[in-house]
This record gives sequence, C-alpha cells and structure tokens, in this order.
Amino acid sequence: MKRTLVISEAERQRREQQSERLRSICSRKFGFSFVVFRQNPVSLVGLILVVMMLLVAIFGPLVAPFDPDATNARLRMRGPSATHLFGTDSYGRDVFSRVLAAARIDFLVALASIGFAFVLGSIIGVVAGYFGGIPDNLLMRVMDVMQSFPPFILGMGLAAAMGPGVRNLIIVITVIMVPGFARMVRSRVLSLRELAFVDAAKSSSVPTWKVLFVYLLPNSMGPIVVSAALNISYAMLDAAGLSFIGLGVRPPQAEWGMMISEGMNNLLGGQWWVSVFPGLALFISVLGFNLLADGLRDILDPRMRR
Amino acid sequence: MSSPLLRVRGLVKHFSVKGDLPLVTKTVHALDGIDFDLNPHESIGVVGESGSGKTTLARCIMSLYRPTAGDVHVHGRSVYRRRGKRALLKNVQMVFQDPGGSLNPRFSAERSLLEPLLHLARMPRRERPAAVRALFELVGIRPSDIRKLPHQFSGGQQQRIAIARAIAPQPEILILDEPTSALDLSLQAQVIALLMQLREELGLAYVLITHDLSVVRQLCDQLLVMYLGRPVELGPTADVLDGPNHPYSQALIGSVLIPDPTKRDLVPPLVGEIPSPTAPPSGCRFHPRCQHAMTICAQEAPEARRVEQVQTWCHLYSRSAQESRDVPK
Ligand SMILES: Nc1ncnc2c1ncn2[C@@H]1O[C@H](COP(=O)(O)OP(=O)(O)OP(=O)(O)O)[C@@H](O)[C@H]1O
Ligand SMILES: [Mg+2]
Repeated sequence: MKRTLVISEAERQRREQQSERLRSICSRKFGFSFVVFRQNPVSLVGLILVVMMLLVAIFGPLVAPFDPDATNARLRMRGPSATHLFGTDSYGRDVFSRVLAAARIDFLVALASIGFAFVLGSIIGVVAGYFGGIPDNLLMRVMDVMQSFPPFILGMGLAAAMGPGVRNLIIVITVIMVPGFARMVRSRVLSLRELAFVDAAKSSSVPTWKVLFVYLLPNSMGPIVVSAALNISYAMLDAAGLSFIGLGVRPPQAEWGMMISEGMNNLLGGQWWVSVFPGLALFISVLGFNLLADGLRDILDPRMRR
Repeated sequence: MSSPLLRVRGLVKHFSVKGDLPLVTKTVHALDGIDFDLNPHESIGVVGESGSGKTTLARCIMSLYRPTAGDVHVHGRSVYRRRGKRALLKNVQMVFQDPGGSLNPRFSAERSLLEPLLHLARMPRRERPAAVRALFELVGIRPSDIRKLPHQFSGGQQQRIAIARAIAPQPEILILDEPTSALDLSLQAQVIALLMQLREELGLAYVLITHDLSVVRQLCDQLLVMYLGRPVELGPTADVLDGPNHPYSQALIGSVLIPDPTKRDLVPPLVGEIPSPTAPPSGCRFHPRCQHAMTICAQEAPEARRVEQVQTWCHLYSRSAQESRDVPK
C-alpha cells in the first residue's frame, strides 16, 4: 500500500482476475489453506513450524520427563544426555522439561495479549473512525502518546510499575499492541463509512452499535487479521524480552526469555545448553509466525507481491 | 389535508472543508435555498449537472445531513426532530446513487432486506420470511438467489435489491438518486419499468434524481432544475421540458433534445465548466456561462418569477428587465 506502483492495464487486469479467483476460492472452506500454500510454499513452512510449536505448547508439559521446577543439587549444569536431553541448569532442573513448560506460557502470553489487543484496538478504532470529532481526537491522541515511546521501552516502564507475573505481562503487551490495531481499524472504517450501505443502515433505523460492530467491523477485518498473525511473533519476543531483563514472569516459572538470561552467565564457560535450547524454541516460533503472516498477506492483498 | 406530503422550505446546506492552507476552512455551498412541495402519489424530478447538489438535497430530506438552514416537513412534521424518527424513516426511504456500495458486502440479499423489516417495520419474526419473498418477487429477484452475496449479483440486480430494501417498510416517499446511471441501456429500461410498476402498485411518490430527461418525462409530474445548489426552474414536467424558460434549462434540455427543431437551433450549447461551489459566482450563479447575462445578473440573485405554472429564477423574466430586453423564448 505504501508503495505506489505504476502498473500496466493488462497487469492490473491480470491481478484483479487473480484476486477475484482467490477470493472465490477462499470463500470455500477448505480451498483457502490450499491456495495460500500453493501460492506461497514458504508460508507452508511457517504453518508447519507454528503447528509444531503449538502442539509442543499444548501437549509438551504432559509428556515432559521431569517436573520443570524440581531442583536437584547433585545434577547441576549437566550437559545434554539421554536422560536430560537438553541438560540441566544451575539448579539442576531439566532444561528439556522447562523448555516444554515455557512453550505453554509463551504461547499463552502471546496469544492472549494479541487477542485482547485485537478486541480493544478494534473497538477503539471503530468508535474513533465512525464518530470522528471529539471522540476520535481523544482516543487517537492517547494512541499517539503511547506510540511516541518505542514499544519495548513503554513495556519496560509499565512492567516495572506493575511488577512481574504472567497476568501483568499479558496486560503490558496488550497495552503496547493496542495502538497499532486501533489505527488500522480506524483507517479502514474511515473509508468504509463513506459507502452507501452505512447510510442505508442508518436509514433503516439500524441501531448505532449494530452499524459499528455488525456492519463496519467485520468489513474492516481482512488486513487486521494478517497483522494480528504477524504481531503474535512480536508479542512473543516482547514477552521473552521483558522476562529476559527480569520484568516478565516471576522466577521459578519456566519461560524462554528468562531461561536464556539464566543461562547467560554460563555461556562463556562453554555451558551453552541452558540458553541455546530455549533460544532455539523462541526463534522457531517467531520465524513460524512471521512466515505464516507473510503468506496470509500475499493472499489477502495480491498487490504486495513483486 | 392542508399540508402536502413533502414540503421543502429554504433548504441550505454548507459544508466546511479544509482549504489549501492549514487552519483555513472553505465553505462549500452545496445547497442554497431549495423550495418545493410534493403531493401524495406525485413525483418530482431533480436534474442538474454533476455537483449541483442533488445528492445533498436527497440526503437532507433523509435527515442524513442536518441542513444549515431551512426545513423539511413530511405530513407537516419536521424530519429533523429526534422524536418520531423511526416513523419518519418508515415513510421516507432512499435508493442510493451507487448500487454496489449500497449493500453490505457481507450480507446476503435476504439479510439486507431483513434489516428494515426488523428495525423499521418491527415485523414479528415469523412474518419476515414471507415478506422478504414477496418483496423479491415484486422487484424480480429469483427466490433461489436470495442467499447470494451482493458481489454475486449484476449491477441491475443489485439495484433491484436496493429498491426492495427501500420499499420494505412501505414508505410513501421514495427518493431515487440516479437509479439508472450506473446501468447499461437495456437494464435502464428494465429498472424504469419496475419503477413505473411499483408506483402503480404501491402508490409511491418519487423524488427522482437523474441525468436522463426521458426518464423524467416518463415518471415525473414536476421537474426541478438545479444549478450550483440553487433552483433555476420548477414546474410541471411537460411545460419545463417542452419550453424551458431559464437559459440554463434551455441549454441542459437542448443538449439532450428539444422536440421542436426550430427552437433547438436557437439554443446555444452549455460552454465552460460548472464553477466551484466553494466560491460560487455572485448574483445569479449561472451568469458567467449565460449567453444573456446582463449587469444585474452579477449583482443580484434573481427572485422566482411565475410564468403560468412554471417558476423561473432568472432576471430575464423580472419586470424591470422585461422592459428593456426581449425574452428569449
Ligand atoms: N460531505 C461533503 N463534504 C464536503 N463537500 C461535499 C459533501 N457532499 C457533497 N459535497 C460537495 O457539494 C457539492 C454538491 O454535491 P452533490 O453530491 O450533492 O452533487 P450531485 O448533484 O449529487 O452531483 P452528481 O451528479 O455528481 O451526483 C459538490 O461540490 C460536492 O463536492
Ligand atoms: Mg449525486
């Protein structure tokens, strides 16, 4: 959208046909995923990674060989072995079990905060876009203030003020994600509300809440869903980052970012496994969501393609 | 029965828009003093070039816009009162200019129709399906198509659905904003036929905005010619179409067809472009493009003059001017 491409008429028609075809296929239930992945095989890799990590998050803790929080003074800092696949940390806890337990927490934090931010941002965006004037100015100036900090710095400040804990971590990441969603929904609503179907709804006495949430919101969802998928990876990075610097989850809790930071001291001593395995898990998840979102974007907006 | 079905009085609508410089706002004079009455079962046509304020007039009548000045009454009640708004909307409905955009892309045809039945007519749930079927039959949409989404219909069918939605609450007044301009010729004829049939069957009064004068002749009792937000000529359709008084109407109608070929040659075609409504010309707004412009035309806005049944806003017909100049008729 930011790039304005000069394209030939034939090219434009070809693209329109393509997107029309895709849209008609997408409206069929199972055709959708098929088209996404045939058009963009890389996003299939993304999907596989995401599904894999999601399965780990759901079932991992159930199949974990050890209690992730059980310390064992006699087994401190052991390297990977058959019993301790990923080795043990400085408290003698099984790193493999902790990586699995952490998957659940990291996915929970990322998905929940994106979910809340999506809902809150949509409400703010649709209200601001539809009513304009004072509500718009008020809401958007608040968003401006929030966005005038680098997101992670804002997160640090909030997290420091609220204290550690999973619930607070979700709140903090929700807050830093809301402005992006609100802005996107608002700009979509601004153009949608000019369309005659909104006037027709008003002329049919359709109540305002219904115009907002049944007429405008569903029609502005396309690009926002893509952005939500992409933002899951950022949320996950933020969660890990805040925990890494001690502002995220509370200590005994297994969490990838915190595990990386716990292992940092020993990294130079050659005891790499405490940090590297959670780091790898984080990397795979973030990569997966990024690739998946890229594929979704290409499908929903064929103009983004080169 | 003293008050007409629809009474428009002194309707003015100005928009404030951002100017070229920051903090400077410009005023768009979209509508500047429109008056007309409409009786039950009668129809009025509204014509004028693009930008003359036709859609703004329609939206003011629908109370989608609050006018800057003036009032609109339906059965003697102002449409801008908050109370009784639903009853009013039940009685006045509109078919919007852009058939594609006037249907919610995510609503099936059926669902689009259920909205007014639910919110305006407040019809009990069990009666709604039958009402929907009857409406679709009336406008000629196959019952098997009612679950389709708007983009699966052609432009003509979309327009039919929009018409069905507008007549769903059984209004007395139907405002049609260029109902045929987005359609190709054969579809235009079909939609016109549908509108004629609906008027017969439902006793509707139309406010018909159009560029197509033959449609006006077929459907309208009265004709209002507008130019840059001002009325120019208002009278019985046949009178205005066959013998337009105002130089603008003459040019507009002449550019299409004047039945009498001797008259047609006399009418100069419209030259130049319509001026910007942010800085409308002084006096008579048509004077910069008018072949008969006099000094007074740039100074004073003309009052309405009645010639037989027809009102004309032109200095050529004011008494003082008539003494010094011949009327070009
Ligand atoms: N919401 C608005 N804000 C600012 N200006 C407006 C608005 N709506 C209409 N206008 C301006 O008012 C003038 C009249 O517009 P309107 O849409 O009523 O014209 P119209 O006669 O319906 O034209 P068309 O035949 O193209 O539909 C135009 O100059 C238009 O730019
Ligand atoms: Mg218009």
